[in-house]
Amino acid sequence: MSDHTIAVSVNGERYEREVEARKLLVHFIRDDLDLTGTHVGCDTGNCGACTVLLDGTAVKSCMLLAPQADGAEITTVEGLAGDDGELTPLQRAFHEHHGLQCGYCTPGMLLSATYLLSHTPQPSEEEIRRAIQGNICRCTGYVNIVKAVQAASGGLSPVTET
Amino acid sequence: MTETAQEQHVELEVGYASGKSIPRKEDGRLVQGQGVFADDVKRHGMGYVHFVRAPYAHARIVSVDVSAAEALDGVYGTLTPDEVAELTDPFFELTTPPGSQIKDYALAVGRVRHIGEPVVAVVAETRERARDAADLVEVEYEPLDVIVDARRAQDGGAPVLHEGAGTNVVWSGRFDWGDIDGALKAADRVVRIKELHFDRFSSTPLECSAALVEYDRGTGQFTLHCNHQMPGVAAIWMGPALRVPLDRLRFVTQDIGGAFGNKITTHTYLTACCLLARKLKRPIQWTEWRTDQHTANAHGNERWFHDIEVAVQNDGTMLGFKVAALDDCGAFPRYEPLGCIIWAQVTPGLYRWRNIRVDFTQVVTNKSPVAPNRGYSRMQQLWLTERICDIVAAELGLDPVEVRKRNYIRSEELPYETPNGCVYDSGDYARCLDIALELIDYDAARARQKEADGKLIGIGIGSTLDSGTNNFGQSTLLNPELQFSGNNEVATIKLDIFGEIVLTLGTVPQGQGHETTASQVAADILGVSPDQIHVRPGHDSYWNSHAGFSGTYASQFAVTGLEAVKGAAEKLSLEIRRLAGGVLGGADPDDVILEGGFAKRKDNPEAALPFMACGAIINANNAAIPPELRDITLNCRYVYVPPFELPDKERKFGNLTLTYATQIHACVVEIDPETGEVEIADYAAVDDCGTRINPQIVEGQVHGATVHAIGAALYETFAYDEYGQLLTSNFYDYHVPHALDLPRIKTGHIESPSPFSSLGTKGMGEGGGAAIHAICSAIQDALRTAGSPAVVNDSFNPPERVWRMLQAPEETAALVEVTTQ
Repeated sequence: MSDHTIAVSVNGERYEREVEARKLLVHFIRDDLDLTGTHVGCDTGNCGACTVLLDGTAVKSCMLLAPQADGAEITTVEGLAGDDGELTPLQRAFHEHHGLQCGYCTPGMLLSATYLLSHTPQPSEEEIRRAIQGNICRCTGYVNIVKAVQAASGGLSPVTET
Repeated sequence: MTETAQEQHVELEVGYASGKSIPRKEDGRLVQGQGVFADDVKRHGMGYVHFVRAPYAHARIVSVDVSAAEALDGVYGTLTPDEVAELTDPFFELTTPPGSQIKDYALAVGRVRHIGEPVVAVVAETRERARDAADLVEVEYEPLDVIVDARRAQDGGAPVLHEGAGTNVVWSGRFDWGDIDGALKAADRVVRIKELHFDRFSSTPLECSAALVEYDRGTGQFTLHCNHQMPGVAAIWMGPALRVPLDRLRFVTQDIGGAFGNKITTHTYLTACCLLARKLKRPIQWTEWRTDQHTANAHGNERWFHDIEVAVQNDGTMLGFKVAALDDCGAFPRYEPLGCIIWAQVTPGLYRWRNIRVDFTQVVTNKSPVAPNRGYSRMQQLWLTERICDIVAAELGLDPVEVRKRNYIRSEELPYETPNGCVYDSGDYARCLDIALELIDYDAARARQKEADGKLIGIGIGSTLDSGTNNFGQSTLLNPELQFSGNNEVATIKLDIFGEIVLTLGTVPQGQGHETTASQVAADILGVSPDQIHVRPGHDSYWNSHAGFSGTYASQFAVTGLEAVKGAAEKLSLEIRRLAGGVLGGADPDDVILEGGFAKRKDNPEAALPFMACGAIINANNAAIPPELRDITLNCRYVYVPPFELPDKERKFGNLTLTYATQIHACVVEIDPETGEVEIADYAAVDDCGTRINPQIVEGQVHGATVHAIGAALYETFAYDEYGQLLTSNFYDYHVPHALDLPRIKTGHIESPSPFSSLGTKGMGEGGGAAIHAICSAIQDALRTAGSPAVVNDSFNPPERVWRMLQAPEETAALVEVTTQ
């Protein structure tokens, strides 16, 4: 098994590490960089819990080998909030609209939705559902996740009196 | 009373946090990736474990050779079946002889009995190396005949899975309440249904099971950083098996990525990890792969219903039914046979049926063991009662809405004692149904049904009860020797030296927002805002804030967990008021109020002692305390024990659960007759769980339970081939609903406070599988409206099954027969 030296930038910080060729990017992020916010929920690329931004695009980090990410700029969930700890509008919306329960799918959901809003700032409900269809949530039925993304895009008032 | 959105982020007035949809305390860490899940816990020098698993559903283990694996660089060691058989005792079995002779170990001893059963464990310095080494383990098998279909498990000549038991029957018994023979004689008609099948699926939490297990050689202490959801029960399985006292097993959880009952029976793996940590003198890291989770951890109970006979009057009133139920628990019983009694919490469903006989048998098969999957055992029974309603309505040409209303227990009859002694506490089922029908615009849907071109439209109803807070005495109705009864939960609350209020729960939350809800209840009692209460996340046995039944399961937190919180907060409140009363000139505690972080004299609010001063006096400045106040600790532990009695073992009669939340769901489906594909056009879920402490969290639970059941009805199945090979072993083949698969779920609610909990709350969250029943009901309705005599006889209805019902309706129509008397 060959080893590779790779250099990546994760959440603005540069890392250089030697990794086995077969190491998955998600395990590199979790085990080697100790960024455990990126989760693993399946073995088959279906669940999306491991979604990160790779050079600005949402990817499932279990579907890439770590050496394939050599030279890339990666954003994980830990890199979303500002340095001062201020949450992004999307993170705030997930909180306000109860868009998470166990929180295991949440990092992947946030990254997929962040990617969506980066290129479609005012998505329709259909576009939101399509953007997160590769992210499985087993707690929420997606109802409040969709609402949270709508709210973050300005499509839903954060306070709806009933 | 109905609402479809609940973002009521109201400014909180201190003392009135309960009942408000305040956003959760848990979210801050979780939206930033700062939660701590079991797989996130790391230790220096830890070894990764990989299990070598059975490639056969049933085989004798001829030999095991780990020498090549152990010789591989980076391998720390192995654990074999022989070692397990020597170092541990079998986990105790809950059932009666001969089923109790089943021997269940941490690894397969002597035989494998289902695909994926762990046989050997290998530990290495990396997860990849552990996998490499696992490939080098040589296990020789001698394949045996398999039992996949539970209906064949008792046939002469069928292979017997567990030689010691000599039978595949785990438990069998008759439940007979009222006079079903008399009712069947007296009824205008008898509706006979030959066979119904409740399919095998599970709620498949996104986080697989995991643990980091440490062993302290100096003290003999095991620490399990894990995601087990019911550690008290894990400990009583594992302690005797490992031959260690229970307190040597310290369970620690923080964030759990969903569990849904699937993390109640992971003790087999945790035991293997304990043995490895002790043997290899290093921390052991285990994270289940998704395929392992599907093949060899926990499925939901599969159940057959045979020879159903329903006593029906011409107007649709039903007098009762009899049935032979056959439950398939997979290769090992583990939490079973409790499923053989749990259904009895909802024996007649929501209906006034007084005459019921159930002959219940549970068998083992060469499939994954089961665990109490969300809606556990009641869901199967409720599906039966709902199928009975719809089949009777269809056969008699009656309106399914009217049939339900005619048979529902009336709100004025509540509290209502069922034929087997369970007491339904409160509710209004007919009103919930009306709200659900209003949400889907029932009349308009019926009108559309007549005009539909091409698609078949069906309207369905699912009525369920979510029974919560178990009386574990029900286990004695299965096995009179068992020494379990009642229930308990613990909370501990302290006022610290600098005035910080710290609340510790015994529950083991997995996303239900306990930190938030518990803080709301405690805040109101202590006169502060929920923000001022720190609730420790997760569970730790070392906190000593748990009891035998602690955990999050069986829809009970809103009663057991919150009653414990309330009890502890009230104790603390009294201590603070006694202390402040003493300090503030000898006021009676009843004359002191807690407000905004101060204890104040009612007659002189200027005389106020800040909580910080209270904490400081007791913890650090206590020499001046008068003797009569020296018992005050400001550290209060409360154990909630529900008011249960032992059930009557002879009559199998008694109150098995404390509260009953109601769920009435209604939906409209569109079926493509060309493909059999079912699309949900409209969906409404109405919930009544009594007083809601945090409505938004309640609604989130309703969404989740609904979608699990939609998945079970249309997409999710654990299908086995004739060799016992699992065909849906990961999310590739086992399709859980995606965002595009689902409709917008409308919700509504009423609140019927429970008379049996002091907060008026009822446990909720499991939801009774209402969407399975509603979708089956809607498919049935679509078929009948289209003139097809087909009968929905399975809980799982993928396109091929629906298409088959449409193409060959006589196959299922033949299952039902109506006799007029």
